[in-house]
Amino acid sequence: MMTAPPLTPDMPIQPQQKTVSTLSPWREAWRVFRGNKAAMLGLVSLILIMLVMVVGPAWYAVDPFGIVATPFHEPFVDSRYWLGSDYLGRDIVAGMLIGGRATLLVGVSSAAITVVIGISVGALAGYFGGWIDVSLSRLTELFQVLPALLFAMVLVTLFQPSLGVVICAIGMVSWTGTARLTRAEFIRLRGLEYVNAARTMGAGHWRLIWREILPNAMAPLIVSATLVVGVAILFEAGLSFLGLSDPNVMSWGMMIGANRRHILECWWAVTLPGAAIFLTVLSVSLVGDGLNDALNPKMHLR
Amino acid sequence: MVAVLAINFTLIHAAPGDPASVIAGEMGGGDQAVIDSIKKAYGLDKPLPEQFITYLGKSVRGDLGMSYTYNKPVSSLIAERIGPTILLVLTALLVAIVVGTLLGVFASLKPKSFSSAVVTIFSLTGLAMPVFWTGILLVILFGKVWPVMPIAGMYDVRNYGATGWAAALDVLHHLVLPALTLTLVYLAQYSRLARASMLEVLSSDYVRTAKAKGLHQGVVVFKHALRNALMPLVTIAGLQFGNLVSGAVLVETVFSWPGLGTLALDAILGRDYPTLLGVLTFSSLFVITANLLTDLSYHWIDPRLRGK
Repeated sequence: MMTAPPLTPDMPIQPQQKTVSTLSPWREAWRVFRGNKAAMLGLVSLILIMLVMVVGPAWYAVDPFGIVATPFHEPFVDSRYWLGSDYLGRDIVAGMLIGGRATLLVGVSSAAITVVIGISVGALAGYFGGWIDVSLSRLTELFQVLPALLFAMVLVTLFQPSLGVVICAIGMVSWTGTARLTRAEFIRLRGLEYVNAARTMGAGHWRLIWREILPNAMAPLIVSATLVVGVAILFEAGLSFLGLSDPNVMSWGMMIGANRRHILECWWAVTLPGAAIFLTVLSVSLVGDGLNDALNPKMHLR
Repeated sequence: MVAVLAINFTLIHAAPGDPASVIAGEMGGGDQAVIDSIKKAYGLDKPLPEQFITYLGKSVRGDLGMSYTYNKPVSSLIAERIGPTILLVLTALLVAIVVGTLLGVFASLKPKSFSSAVVTIFSLTGLAMPVFWTGILLVILFGKVWPVMPIAGMYDVRNYGATGWAAALDVLHHLVLPALTLTLVYLAQYSRLARASMLEVLSSDYVRTAKAKGLHQGVVVFKHALRNALMPLVTIAGLQFGNLVSGAVLVETVFSWPGLGTLALDAILGRDYPTLLGVLTFSSLFVITANLLTDLSYHWIDPRLRGK
């Protein structure tokens, strides 16, 4: 009978014969995502929209606030203003090209704020439990009870309507969902063995929260962050439609709001920016859905 | 609740812009004496905590103060405007829940089929459309292309003074477009949610048992599966009904619907703080009540929760 030689630390472990090429989880997710036609369509159109926002205004240098044509200029008849003009005679093309900047900027930044507040609150509540959890959960409930759009409207009006305030207002009213999701994930993960192992090895709270638990809670959080971007874009559009956003920054919502009283005379001035918002949000949610399928393997069948 | 009130109150009073000088300005300009007398009349000369205690005490008794712009009690303004908002939101929610559930169930039965994909595309589209834009498209459609529907307001001035059925029909006629706009948004959410929820329930063991017993498919789907699949729908419906003012403000603005949303917007634009604070407080109260009712309804839907 043969006994196995004792393992010593310097002895190299024989590598197993590889039969299946393994991919890292992120590569695997990208493979699934790439195979999802709708998600790829969303990604491509989102990249295109961003490119247009970055390059467009430089190439088409017309002031979106400048009155360059006669009011109610029909689209597709004059090559100088091929999307027509609005009720003041402002060029629609210029507005369309630059209007998405504010929308996208506000959408992405307020989603970032939402995610930062939501993850911090949710992680602390879920990790520590006890009175910290109770008080943070009460705080979350408090913000959940505030009527979101109304509260944001008030915030924006009270502190000068600038882009920064709009971003903060949207961030402040929409973090509760992320916080709850993070808390639930942390409660699920904090009792797992690998976390106990890390704790036994002397990892502190900070390391456990950010390095051990959070990376494993990332998948649902990334999906929810993408969806938050879509919601934030609609939120911004709504605020600027009501005339409660920065009056010096042209945005798609503002174009619709400004021309609202004249929709029967110039349908194009409201329809086109709305279509742009719609297309952007649709692309974002297609990407979000694709990420959901790619990062949550259990959901593949749906 | 008190905390919510405190947040609203502090926030509004922390704002730059002094309401007394706004009122004085509207009355035709004002020297300091006029502003002071206005401050005294509305209790604005007292320190903030004292103002808050007074406000709290009064609002418990249902007195939300006087509106600066309408010069009417805020509570009666809210009472006037809440009816149209509830009518609008409730109509939209009920239609959306019924149709959305049916669409979701239909899509969940054959998750890979073409018709299921249509439901999915429909809900994605509905979720991505800004609600005010949908409203405006409907206004263009029914105001210009095919003018059969009224596109603004709640009553027709030509029917002024009408009562009974004529008035009710008039309101209903005006309700169609705003309610349809709101329904489309809700419908997108419900059909998507109902589909996901049904798919989960349909793959569970007890549904397989029911099928294996040889029960008719309709009975299995509607009696066994749907009941459990309804839970998330009820949660969302409760949240949305509670949040009705926020949900309706954009639609109300597009269609000039005389509800709480337009009242809030006017209050914001006119710096009418008591009205604004009143609407905020009232809406928060509404959310809390709706959440409570939602929790209670779980017990009605899911017998397992009873007795806990």
